[in-house]
Amino acid sequence: MAQLEVDLVAADRKVWSGSARLVSAPAADGDVGILVGHAPLLAVLRPGHVKIHRTGAADVDVAVSGGFISVDDNAITIVVDSAKLDVSILPAAH
Amino acid sequence: MAGNQRVYKERIKSTQSLKKMFRAQELIAASRIGKARARVTAALPYADAITRAVSAVSTHSTVQHPLTSERRGNNRVAVLVIASDRGMAGAYAASAIREAEGLITRLTEQGKEVALYVSGRRAFAYYQFRGRPIAGSWTGGSDSPDAVEAEEMADTLLAAFLADDELDGVGELHIVYTQFVNMVTQRPRVIRMLPLEIVDGVTPVGEAETLPLYDFEPSAEAVLDALLPRYVRSRIYSCLLQAAASELASRQRAMHTATENAEDLIRMYTRLANQARQGEITQEISEIVSGADALAAS
Repeated sequence: MAQLEVDLVAADRKVWSGSARLVSAPAADGDVGILVGHAPLLAVLRPGHVKIHRTGAADVDVAVSGGFISVDDNAITIVVDSAKLDVSILPAAH
Repeated sequence: MAGNQRVYKERIKSTQSLKKMFRAQELIAASRIGKARARVTAALPYADAITRAVSAVSTHSTVQHPLTSERRGNNRVAVLVIASDRGMAGAYAASAIREAEGLITRLTEQGKEVALYVSGRRAFAYYQFRGRPIAGSWTGGSDSPDAVEAEEMADTLLAAFLADDELDGVGELHIVYTQFVNMVTQRPRVIRMLPLEIVDGVTPVGEAETLPLYDFEPSAEAVLDALLPRYVRSRIYSCLLQAAASELASRQRAMHTATENAEDLIRMYTRLANQARQGEITQEISEIVSGADALAAS
């Protein structure tokens, strides 16, 4: 099955990048969940948690402080001002 | 004569200590420059993502935004000068300031009033010494700028741009910074940041590739509202990072030259000291010989 290619970038670095099954993000009007084949989208994010669900690996949870998400042909770019990766999940993710 | 020798010895000693200082500065700059360049590279994904998104919005909607439209009836313009906090970097700060002065002269000739914003103690001191009013200044982090500082600068400048015309609003924003081309070349540059020109130049979309029709959430205006300040922020941040890399590169080069010059000086003074010593010995011998001659003749 096709996967989503996710890039999560903060102002000064690339925070996380990899493939995912489902990405949920706190858009301005309510959380959005994005699966493979989602229509192109540009949405503003409010502060909250971006959750990246992956197949065969632990989920990634990133606390973000606002930004925006762009979805285009199964490529997701999440641009945030600052991000904090949940470290408790990180070891399993590697 | 003995005095001469002492003077040369003293000069050698002081030049040697200067040389050590120059060498240390060179090594510090050399060790930091790798990091600075890595930070320039690390900030690229963010800038790319923002630029792509901004061009996507601007090709798919005809939304007018205050940040992209020219403002009429305001002849105040903001100039942000990015220079270093410390000297010992050759002509780095001086050439950035010279570029800024050229820009300010040009703008003044066009009948505009310049509001100065400076980053870096060197630039601040330059304008303060000349009694020029400074609208805003940031000092202390010129060789390792962080995103928070860039955000603060961008917010101040954006606030000035969006402020009321009559009070302290500005109609344009120019940035003077030093572009890091490579380790040998750093070029002072002027860019006009605001009002933004997005559509041309920055769109990295190929001929065959068309951007998809985006859904905007909550609306194209709101997305643009969120995007453009971030775009400005990321541009200013990248200017600061490039300026920092340039500063370190010019410092390394200047200090390398200074170390070599100090070595040359030490060599020269050593020769002169040797000459003085030799002259002294010759004089003593000739005094003894002439003394003995005088005694023998009497």
